[in-house]
Amino acid sequence: METLIGLLVAAPLLGAGVLLTGGRRFDRTGHLLGTLFALLSFVFGMVLFVNMLGKNADDRALHSHLFTWVPVEGFQAQVGFQLDQLSMTFVLLITGVGTLIHIYSIGYMEHDERRRRFFGYLNLFLAAMLLLVLADNYLLLYAGWEGVGLASYLLIGFWQHKPSAATAAKKAFLVNRVGDMGLSIGIMLMFTTFGSFAFSNVLPRAAQAAGTQHATITGIGFMLLLAACGKSAQVPLQSWLGDAMEGPTPVSALIHAATMVTAGVYLIVRSGAIFNAAPDAQTAVVTVGAVTLLFGAIVGCAKDDIKKALAGSTMSQIGYMIMAAGLGPIGYVFAIMHLVTHGFFKAGLFLGAGSVMHGMNDEVDMRRYGGLRKFMPITFVTFGLGYLAIIGFPGLSGFFSKDKIIEAAYAKGGTEGWILGSAALLGAAITAFYMTRVMLMTFFGEKRWVPDAEGHEPHPHESPKSMTVPMIILAFGSVFAGGLFSINSSFVKWLEPVTGHSEGNSPVSTGTVTAATMVCLVIGVGIAWLMYGRRSVPAVAPRGSLVTRAARRDLLQDDFNHVVLVRGGEHLTRSLVYLDHSLVDGVVNGSAASVGGLSGRLRRLQNGYVRSYAVSMLGGTAVVVAATLLMRAV
Amino acid sequence: MSAALHTGPAVHSMWTSAASTTDRFPTPHIEYAQLSPVLIVFGVAMVGVLAEAFVPRRSRYTAQVVLAIVGLAAAFAAVVALAEKGYGTTKAHIAAMGAVAVDGPALFLQGTILLVALVAVFTFAERRLDPMAHGQHVDSFAAQGSAVPGGDQEKAAVRAGFTTTEVFPLLLFAVGGMLIFPAANDLLTLFVALEVFSLPLYILCALARRNRLMSQEAAVKYFLLGAFSSAFLLFGIALLYGYAGSVSYSGISSVIDGTAKITPALADTTGNDALLLIGIAMVTVGLLFKVGAVPFHMWTPDVYQGAPTPVTGFMAAATKVAAFGALLRLLYVVLPGMRWDWRPVMWGVAIATMIAGAVIAVTQTDVKRLLAYSSVAHAGFILAGVIATDKDGVSSVLFYLAAYSFVTLGAFAVVTLVRDAGGEATHLSRWAGLGRRSPLVAAVFAVFLLAFAGIPLTSGFAGKFAVFKAAAQGGAMPLVIVGVISSAIAAFFYIRVIVLMFFSEPKADGPSVAVPSPLTSTAIAVGVAVTLVLGLAPQYFLDLADKAGVFVR
Repeated sequence: METLIGLLVAAPLLGAGVLLTGGRRFDRTGHLLGTLFALLSFVFGMVLFVNMLGKNADDRALHSHLFTWVPVEGFQAQVGFQLDQLSMTFVLLITGVGTLIHIYSIGYMEHDERRRRFFGYLNLFLAAMLLLVLADNYLLLYAGWEGVGLASYLLIGFWQHKPSAATAAKKAFLVNRVGDMGLSIGIMLMFTTFGSFAFSNVLPRAAQAAGTQHATITGIGFMLLLAACGKSAQVPLQSWLGDAMEGPTPVSALIHAATMVTAGVYLIVRSGAIFNAAPDAQTAVVTVGAVTLLFGAIVGCAKDDIKKALAGSTMSQIGYMIMAAGLGPIGYVFAIMHLVTHGFFKAGLFLGAGSVMHGMNDEVDMRRYGGLRKFMPITFVTFGLGYLAIIGFPGLSGFFSKDKIIEAAYAKGGTEGWILGSAALLGAAITAFYMTRVMLMTFFGEKRWVPDAEGHEPHPHESPKSMTVPMIILAFGSVFAGGLFSINSSFVKWLEPVTGHSEGNSPVSTGTVTAATMVCLVIGVGIAWLMYGRRSVPAVAPRGSLVTRAARRDLLQDDFNHVVLVRGGEHLTRSLVYLDHSLVDGVVNGSAASVGGLSGRLRRLQNGYVRSYAVSMLGGTAVVVAATLLMRAV
Repeated sequence: MSAALHTGPAVHSMWTSAASTTDRFPTPHIEYAQLSPVLIVFGVAMVGVLAEAFVPRRSRYTAQVVLAIVGLAAAFAAVVALAEKGYGTTKAHIAAMGAVAVDGPALFLQGTILLVALVAVFTFAERRLDPMAHGQHVDSFAAQGSAVPGGDQEKAAVRAGFTTTEVFPLLLFAVGGMLIFPAANDLLTLFVALEVFSLPLYILCALARRNRLMSQEAAVKYFLLGAFSSAFLLFGIALLYGYAGSVSYSGISSVIDGTAKITPALADTTGNDALLLIGIAMVTVGLLFKVGAVPFHMWTPDVYQGAPTPVTGFMAAATKVAAFGALLRLLYVVLPGMRWDWRPVMWGVAIATMIAGAVIAVTQTDVKRLLAYSSVAHAGFILAGVIATDKDGVSSVLFYLAAYSFVTLGAFAVVTLVRDAGGEATHLSRWAGLGRRSPLVAAVFAVFLLAFAGIPLTSGFAGKFAVFKAAAQGGAMPLVIVGVISSAIAAFFYIRVIVLMFFSEPKADGPSVAVPSPLTSTAIAVGVAVTLVLGLAPQYFLDLADKAGVFVR
């Protein structure tokens, strides 16, 4: 069984290797090969899952040590895997959704010349993401972390001929560097404090040292939070996610909705022991989560680009997860549960959006959609189910997972609990609003279609089977996953041995929370219907209020970054360049010139006459003899 | 030479025991098995000479190439077998009546030389690069060495399709001498070995097919200066004999240590420090000439440039290995007691060599001369390791030599590929934009240049790190600093070539890259493989060098 863990990672890695180095000979079969490797990985995952279910809850974790990466005295970096219930959950999500999206991409990327490369990158992503969640130490996790960053960069910029895609890729990469820096500093701090990278050493020691090394552990917590902010697009490092929608839609679904962006949540839940020992860091985590869940929701309300609206929504939903993860043992399980259900419905929504774009000449502006439900019924139904799931319609997945988070927020207790709970409730209302808006603008109302730049009239049609089947499967997940997890608290029991769980004591009853959520839901949907269902949608966006305009510009995030970071950076660069030119170059060029001059002069000694060479040898010998004798005399 | 080997010990033992009664003339006792690498090489070289006389002209080339490859491979197998039996470590001892040492450094260097020679045979045997002459494939060597360049006789020889297949036996004789050189355990054997490997090299240098005048000029220069340096070496040997009454390494070192019984007949001169110091200086000069240390380096650029490029590659790699081996043994076995006398002088030489080699290379415009100066600078780096005078010094030098020799061989093999109508296009300006037209060849050359520059992940880095570490531990910090500075200067011209190849516009009438036969491709591939393996996973080879780092006394 242990070997199978390695194969889990190796299969997509092999796929990436074959597809990226194999060259044109795989052009015709590359997409099938890539899908096969993803499927293989999923099958391995299922085998491991069944095997794990057969064991006692307390000894389900598997460990597999492969080799010593850096064998230096006092710095032992190991390559080893740890498969426990938490990793298993991720493995199934990554390989399952990953395989579906591979299948979807076969249809979606059919006409792309570089399809083989696309599948190679997708395989690379799967391998890196699996490495991230299977690593048994932070250093190896970091390798996976950087690997998914690379895959994300390559895939956002996949259509590199579009300057906007190239810029978006660069932006994602740069913003992620900030977060990655946090992770690397965090890991260094861990190593100096606990002398190890392994989860099995760091986490228990962090729990023990809570009293004595409070400041260091808090520092580590903040650094891990910074890392999570970068990868999971949380405020203040959220600016890259909207632009990342420049990548092909399957990428947005897999990487920028279902899996990679949730790596931050994984990191925080995995490092639970550290955060439990650092309450200040936990407060920071919930704050970031609460701010982002509102921030993303507000941005999502104002976007007319369907993918960017969904990206805002992703940000907001991950905000929920981060907040839950920051609540400590009362929230860990629900963070992961929401992560999984979100993986289903958000991937489904993105695939639906992709399907719409596929039928509409790659148009992304929702103001140019309208009335599509008759033309693409399967997309409409699957998208609609995803929509009901995300707004938390009773009985569907989102209802169970989001409610639990809101409850847990109240259960935190005190003023903090009230603020967080209310923010989560408000977020639920806004979610209902913007998702209804997306739904109405896309599938209802009158047609607002316009020909594309080359004058082709759109002819909306249902997408091919390879695209609709994954959407249908994901829709099943969106509908049933939440309920399945909640029956008999099965998900809580599943994860509890790894993350720990406590109920907390909520000041408000479960019934009250559910009722309040329903009210919020109705209000959100109602306002959206009043604005976009009853009235017709103008083809050109109205100017809108100050808030709307700010939200369209991602609440001025880019402007803030530009003024504070870019301008500041430019000034710093300019002064450094000046210093470099005047001082450093002066020294460098000066020494280069003097070496060159010396070289030219010495070169003249080499005149080609054997007699002068002999003289120089004689002289040299005389000097050597004299010096040897002199040494004795001194 | 094999005759010299048989009688050598007898003669020498007669000399070393000059004071004893000369009525007994001991039967020489030779450990044939332990000398088998050398004996195989010489034996095959003899067979090569016979083949030259008796094998028909058309099958000579094949016969000679096969002979050389089989002979060198067999000799290498013999070296490995000896090392396996423990002759490099526990069973290390002095064979052939005190004339030849069989120990770790000797076997390590002999193995390196044999591998280098084996790869060099591939470049020697290359016959696809030059255009066919009168329907015959031709190699880098003159059709007939004795013909006057440009004369009627030469034209006739070319027309008749003559080739100088004698280069293979010559190569083998040189290799035989080089095998003895680092193993020589008395000064006379040292001198004889030096001559045995030098003379074939002089001839090989003169045999270029193109630019024959330049080639002959290079050979004459090399010969004259080599003879000059041999004279110094021999004079030094005479002085040391005068000092110690013995030419054997152990004999001299025991006189230096004061543990030897002084023979009454020689009591006048024995222990005279003036003789010792001047003798040391002169013998060292003879060896420094061979390694190309400043100020005895002036032959290198001219000879490297003029010699046929395969010969240059072989010479640059193997001579350096052999000569540094001999220098190591001399300094570590004979003169450890004198280290306070020779170290300061060697410091000076090392510093001058590193700086001068790197600085002069900056303004070179010919790629072969550039590599020649680079080899001078590398001699300086290796000297820094030699000066460490401890076990780490030995093993770091051994590793450096193994690493450096394959880089050099590979780099010169690449030089043979870049050609225009006049043969090899060695002027650097002709290499502009090579990376655009022949990315693979340029990339391979770039790997070699990066290794020369000592960039991590190449063998050059591992080697440089090892010698500088040894030097620093041996208390030679200033040397390390100078070494690092000159490495920086050297990096400039290596990287400049890379920039030239990859970032300049190719010239319209630029040279083309000839498609080599599998022979040269193999040689280059071996060079790249060794460079990368020693750079990526050097530990095994560092351990090997470390195990081999003890001299037998």
